[in-house]
Amino acid sequence: MAEVVVFSIFAAVALVGAVVMVTASNPVYSAIGLLGAMFSIAVMYVMLDAHFVAAVQVIIYAGAVMTLFLFVIMLIGVDTSDVYGMRPMVQRVMTVVVSIGFFAAIVLAARGAWITGSDAFGSGDFNGTIEAVADNLFGNWTIVFLSTVMLLTIAALGTIALAYFGHVSADDEEATL
Amino acid sequence: MTIAVAVTASWYLTLAAALFSIGVAGVLIRRNALVMFMSIELMLNSVNLTFVAVGTELGLIEGHTAALFVMVVAAAEVTVGLAIIVAIFRKRSSADVDQLAELRG
Repeated sequence: MAEVVVFSIFAAVALVGAVVMVTASNPVYSAIGLLGAMFSIAVMYVMLDAHFVAAVQVIIYAGAVMTLFLFVIMLIGVDTSDVYGMRPMVQRVMTVVVSIGFFAAIVLAARGAWITGSDAFGSGDFNGTIEAVADNLFGNWTIVFLSTVMLLTIAALGTIALAYFGHVSADDEEATL
Repeated sequence: MTIAVAVTASWYLTLAAALFSIGVAGVLIRRNALVMFMSIELMLNSVNLTFVAVGTELGLIEGHTAALFVMVVAAAEVTVGLAIIVAIFRKRSSADVDQLAELRG
């Protein structure tokens, strides 16, 4: 029963955070809402016995990615991007209809495929510890893991190139105009 | 008499579907590139929740591994995407995607 209470609380926090993220006019509030949603998802991971994924979620998403977002908001200015940032009313209504329809479509399409048991989680011997994840990661998915190293290196190089050459070319264009 | 209610996989999957739908709405409704980007992050997170819930339910650790790979790709995407947003902002002094219309014929 405690599990149901914890799930309800953090599911509510996640949904409210997500709605705040979409509707807030100030990007800082959007970031705070996203932070709440990500932290609630980390709690869900703990309830799902995914201890390592929960730790990574808190460190990478709630820590690094959100800090990066807040840095960029600070860099480009909170007040300058404060046009309300919403589309016209017709598009807003259509978006709400489309997203609710999308949710209904997922639920209806997946209902037959979902596992409908009454047994609760955490009762089995399944445990997503760092040892179990590492065993799978370095045992079966070594090549994929190594290719993510390449991906991260290329992403870092691309970011440096964007920050460096992008600035130079913008200056050149201003000079030619 | 107590009513035995247990949290099953369907609860997590429904929550993930709801979060994904809210993320879709965010991408469609906002014009600020940063908030659109946050919505994409929310969608990636909800897919991760689906992976982990199904992996735990079926007793397969592969669900957790897939979630970790999604996180790696999302981290790479965030760095490059935010660099692009900053580069656009330097040039246009705006993060509004509706003003990016150079390719319009």
